[in-house]
Amino acid sequence: MAAGGEVKESGIEGIRSAVSERRTTAVAIAEEFYARIKKDDAEIGAFLTLSEDRAFAQAARIDKMAAAGEPLPPLAGVPVAIKDVMVTRGVRTTAASKILDNFIPPYDCTAVARLEAAGAVMLGKLNCDEFAMGSSTENSAYHPVRNPRDKSRVPGGSSGGSAAAVAAGMAVATLGSDTGGSIRQPASFCGVVGLKPTYGRVSRYGLIAFASSLDHIGPFANTVKDAAFMLRTIAGRDPMDSTSADVPVPDYVAELEKPARGLRVGVAKEYFGSGLDAEVRAAVEAAIQKLASLGCEVIPVSLPHTEYAIPAYYIVATAEASANLARYDGVRYGFRAPGTRTLAEMYRQTRDGGFGMEVKRRIMLGTYALSAGYYDAYYLKAQKVRTLITRDFDEAFKKVDVIAAPTAPTAAFKLGEKVDDPLAMYLADIYTVTANLAGIPGISVPCGETREGLPIGLQIFGRHFDEVTVLKVAAAYEAA
Amino acid sequence: MKVSDKDVAYVAELANLELTADERARMLRDLNSILEYVDRLSELDTENVEPMAQVSDRYRVDVSRQESDRFAYATRDDVKEGLRPSLPHEEAVKNAPETDGTFFIVPKVIER
Repeated sequence: MAAGGEVKESGIEGIRSAVSERRTTAVAIAEEFYARIKKDDAEIGAFLTLSEDRAFAQAARIDKMAAAGEPLPPLAGVPVAIKDVMVTRGVRTTAASKILDNFIPPYDCTAVARLEAAGAVMLGKLNCDEFAMGSSTENSAYHPVRNPRDKSRVPGGSSGGSAAAVAAGMAVATLGSDTGGSIRQPASFCGVVGLKPTYGRVSRYGLIAFASSLDHIGPFANTVKDAAFMLRTIAGRDPMDSTSADVPVPDYVAELEKPARGLRVGVAKEYFGSGLDAEVRAAVEAAIQKLASLGCEVIPVSLPHTEYAIPAYYIVATAEASANLARYDGVRYGFRAPGTRTLAEMYRQTRDGGFGMEVKRRIMLGTYALSAGYYDAYYLKAQKVRTLITRDFDEAFKKVDVIAAPTAPTAAFKLGEKVDDPLAMYLADIYTVTANLAGIPGISVPCGETREGLPIGLQIFGRHFDEVTVLKVAAAYEAA
Repeated sequence: MKVSDKDVAYVAELANLELTADERARMLRDLNSILEYVDRLSELDTENVEPMAQVSDRYRVDVSRQESDRFAYATRDDVKEGLRPSLPHEEAVKNAPETDGTFFIVPKVIER
């Protein structure tokens, strides 16, 4: 890929050794990236806030270690950026919502703290759909993000800024969040690697909650190897998140070296039905052929409840969102509507003025699904269907090690194309929401382009806590 | 139409949203179109299917245990000093729209 140039060539390992061997400094690298952001981001719109003081303080600390000949941590000097749904102490965090426009968090998200402890330099906070609700980043309350590969098109969403920043060479790696596909789909649209780990693999402490049983933090990078570096850094038990799993963290980077030969790759016809763009289908089928030529065994599997995933997802996700977003009431932080006379009026006008249309729509849908008389028909029903979808994967993973599928039914669509049709926008997540419902890991890796030059993504799902195999297959495909 | 104007008004009240007339009209249209799509869930027989509230319900739960004991994986021994020090008072109120430094100030709740 053209964007990113020399930095892409070096990646995380290259940057660390360059800083370690004093061929450059972490400060010089940060300066270079800020210069690129200031030149290019006016057109892209990936960043909401730059954290230069924090970045240069960290870079100087790394350079001091290098000058003293101390061994550098694995991500030393690596410029990263963070989706603005992860709180950062002293650095404005908005969730791309006006309701948090002036919010300065008093603590750090665990994933961010782990990146910095590993030497990464946080350049700033990235644009996204408001509260991560959307599939195009057009729901940002600030400004949309343009796809670096075609600026008339969306970068995908909700982590559109995270994908675009990597694609445009404005960060070496970024963090995003994925509740229904919000890492994988924008990775696919922007032609970068995006990984959603297993539920519980990465602490959610400090992630502004959208739908707690579906929310995941994960990395974007130019290469599978860099994504593995990022995951290795942020994964693992955190006492501050009771759903974070006490499962050992393998050395994802070292495991990539092992061959993918002999692995069984499942292909489910439910992911190749009507609605799948012909060019996307051809590219993904060719990618699966390539995996076969690398010595993987391709086996048909069935995931029969796939078509029910979107309706189940939009009930579960909005129900959880309606509860999670009840906290935005104008009392403790964030926006408060001015000049109200009663508490009830203050709540309503604050929420009316602070939330955008899609957020209100989801709060309304979720509240409706949880309201008396509808709970069984919608919320409980959706939770039962979630069990069926998860069982589909359990069955399939008895026969195969990973499942390959398209990440999204189409390549990046035009800005404005779906904004007035919420249902059409929801269907952009048709191949990704299943992994959130089941909690299994999934990655999107670039697998070619459409005739118009738009990136296409190959998605690979794996078993719970088997990111190793997912990354290994992705790396083998990438290298072939 | 599953959802009526009255439902929209009722749900908005539950959700502490006011919504303009224009927003209410859009909600009516959008909720009906989304719920119509969601209705395909009723095609599935889920009579004997357990609901799934959490991914961790499936891979870390000891099904032989009862009620909250089943989720023992998520518990820990009490920590006397807490997992980390609490936020200092001034930090905790720093983002408040209105505060006297000790409390959050809100409009009057009870009319006299």
